[in-house]
Amino acid sequence: MTLDPGVIRKDFPIFNRTIRDGKKLVYLDSGATSQKPNSVMDAESDFYRNHNAAAHRGAHQLAEEATEAIESARGVVASFLGGAVDEIVFTKSSTEALNLLAYSIGSAPAGNIFHLKPGDEIVVSEMEHHANLIPWQQLAKRTGAVLKWFEVTQSGRLDLSNIDGVITERTKIVALTHQSNVLGTVIPLTQIAKRARDVGAIFILDACQSVPHMPVNVKALDIDFLVFSGHKTVGPTGVGVLWGRANLLNLLPPFLFGGSMIETVTMTDATWAPAPRKFEAGVPNMAQIVGLGAALNYLSDVGMENIYQHEIALTRYTLEKLQEIDQLRIVGPTDTDSRGSAISFTLGDIHPHDLGQFLDNAGIAVRTGHHCAWPLTRKMGVPATTRASLYLYNDESDIDALVAATLGAQKYFA
Amino acid sequence: MNLDSLYQEVILDHYKRPQNKKLATTFDAQVHHVNPSCGDEIDLNLVIRNGVVTSITWDGVGCSISQASVSILTELLIGKSITEAYAIYDNFVALMQSKGEISGDESVLEDAIALAGVSKYPARIKCALLGWMAFKDASVQAQAKSELE
Repeated sequence: MTLDPGVIRKDFPIFNRTIRDGKKLVYLDSGATSQKPNSVMDAESDFYRNHNAAAHRGAHQLAEEATEAIESARGVVASFLGGAVDEIVFTKSSTEALNLLAYSIGSAPAGNIFHLKPGDEIVVSEMEHHANLIPWQQLAKRTGAVLKWFEVTQSGRLDLSNIDGVITERTKIVALTHQSNVLGTVIPLTQIAKRARDVGAIFILDACQSVPHMPVNVKALDIDFLVFSGHKTVGPTGVGVLWGRANLLNLLPPFLFGGSMIETVTMTDATWAPAPRKFEAGVPNMAQIVGLGAALNYLSDVGMENIYQHEIALTRYTLEKLQEIDQLRIVGPTDTDSRGSAISFTLGDIHPHDLGQFLDNAGIAVRTGHHCAWPLTRKMGVPATTRASLYLYNDESDIDALVAATLGAQKYFA
Repeated sequence: MNLDSLYQEVILDHYKRPQNKKLATTFDAQVHHVNPSCGDEIDLNLVIRNGVVTSITWDGVGCSISQASVSILTELLIGKSITEAYAIYDNFVALMQSKGEISGDESVLEDAIALAGVSKYPARIKCALLGWMAFKDASVQAQAKSELE
């Protein structure tokens, strides 16, 4: 089966509107957030209209239905990732999921396998999104652990030449992005995960830019935790996912305390419910969780392998067409080898904000700036870039529009 | 919306030929401001003598709007009393926050009136204000310093 973006777009009502006085919407900003199909909005709306009650509480039919709705969504997420149902924790975002890990690890007492002491090492890379850098940077400050990182080469790859010097016997945590949100680079996960395993480090994968775009099966990856975001996965905002190995989730201390995460409570003490409930204090974002279930069902119906192949082909087309433009420099890998569909570039002396404004005037939505990865843009020697990021509803006509408007901007700002 | 209402000729001129874009070695106050949402940065040096702005110099990286806006600011405010400069500052900030509903007073704002179109693009207002915020910060520091002396 192949994927027809024209057919896909019919499921996404936003493509019925126009931009800046009647122009066709060319949406190339799915790396920031994806658009939503009707089935997701219908599922969310149906929950509020017909099943709304506080899940896991209440002695009535609606509460049963609400519980069933979110637990069934948990099952959808588990099978989408190839994990077990009890290994799926719902958070409000992937940012919260990463902070959950950092704060929970930071509160682990001596004797707990997650306990960090001064001199222990945490490894990240220069291509991390701020959400997978700052939680670890600050955890290191709080605990006296040492933050280390893989550098990024000028071609936009992780420099693994000194992998054994970066991940050492002192490394307790390795937290890396699966695919860079700026460069599109997909990291050599197998090699790094093996090294982490060899030294007994916990491996955390930020999969925000991979899970929406390629088949990802946690059983096939030698990792311990994975996070991804609902809203980048054609799902709603307000929901993120943390997957963790069951034995590790059981040992990890909770992050947020409150209702429904407990087993017993007295005035002076409390014990915790088993995972995943231990990590889900408070009434969950139920409608959003239900919407995420619908989103993953939508993606599965289209087929993640189909989406992946479609994006690779379109990425190849985009890289070829963009590189024909004089003074355009791709910031990141220039071919589709171990690369996804986030494509950053600079255009001579034209500032990305100005280019982005010009593209917007043509109905083309891109992102400009440092993309929440400031150390990376600094390392790549640019103050900012323009990023086009693709998804299942994009096609070659979107790229042709991008190229034409980029040429127009060169004339305008010449 | 017409892009030319945003990118007026005077803005593109200042962007290509920025004024006072060379940091003076002596100054009363030096500030560094950034726009964290996009990474634009500016250094600005300021001299105030007897209540008059005598020198504003700067360096920075950023989009045409942010660069032109600070360039225009230097031409507009050098030679003005600090009281006049603040009046112009207030006038400019009000224009930027107007969502396009006021057209601005050209007799006060002079070339800065060309930035009026920015107020219709909410994401760009911070670009236009970057240099102005830096000036305000520097002027407060410079005056505090002169009170101490």
